[in-house]
Amino acid sequence: METKFYEKDKLLVFKISEEIDDYSVQKIRRKADYEIERYMPKEVVFDFDSVTFMDSAGIGLVIGRYKFANMLGAKLGVSNLTPSVQKIFDMSGILKLIPVVDLVL
Amino acid sequence: MKEQVDNEMKLEFISKASNESFARITVAAFAAQLDPSIEELADIKTAVSEAVTNCIIHAYENRLGVVRLSAKLKENEIIIEISDHGKGIENIEMAKEPLYTTKPNLERSGMGFTIMESFMDDVKIESVVGLGTKVTMSKKIKKIEENTQEEDNMDFITKE
Repeated sequence: METKFYEKDKLLVFKISEEIDDYSVQKIRRKADYEIERYMPKEVVFDFDSVTFMDSAGIGLVIGRYKFANMLGAKLGVSNLTPSVQKIFDMSGILKLIPVVDLVL
Repeated sequence: MKEQVDNEMKLEFISKASNESFARITVAAFAAQLDPSIEELADIKTAVSEAVTNCIIHAYENRLGVVRLSAKLKENEIIIEISDHGKGIENIEMAKEPLYTTKPNLERSGMGFTIMESFMDDVKIESVVGLGTKVTMSKKIKKIEENTQEEDNMDFITKE
């Protein structure tokens, strides 16, 4: 996972490039929480463009970071959902809570 | 009488989370013989990943145990069986409920069985508390004749 912080907009972007399952998600979660606390962004975005696989562990990952970011006063969104990622998110209903945003950088 | 199948494979591995990708990639490679679409293959991988994750974090609760996986091909159908000798499920109906999880502290979404049921054609769960759980799921792969026909036509046009 690649982290980028855009100082001007206080925007923190996580570009995930690994397969997301119960195993990989533990590392992603730790790293994301660490970076959110470090940068204290106004907005956090998970970019799924390079994600080739995701199971239900991705739902917990996003919901968990959403709560964490909110607690620290930041908004959270998801971006560039691939069809298989979209399918999992649609099924869980989390997109009613978490906005899909365009990343124009 | 032995059940008639076209191909069969069996796999055994210890319940380490790092084996989740090994399991789903192996099943996907095996299922590839049926010429599934990218979406069908993704569905199978996801369902396998959910079932194997259940064995590791629920059945064995991160202690070491053996996960058994077998897959059969029968005409255009893949039948996958994933079993463990873990703690078993007390209430299967409840476990199948969307968003129900016994481990919310691990950020588990409770969507595992829901995903298996909607990504596969059929899912059967058998479980005995203290003995283990067996999940059997199957999916029919749609024929791709239409695609092939289009390609044939294209071939014809190019030749002309």
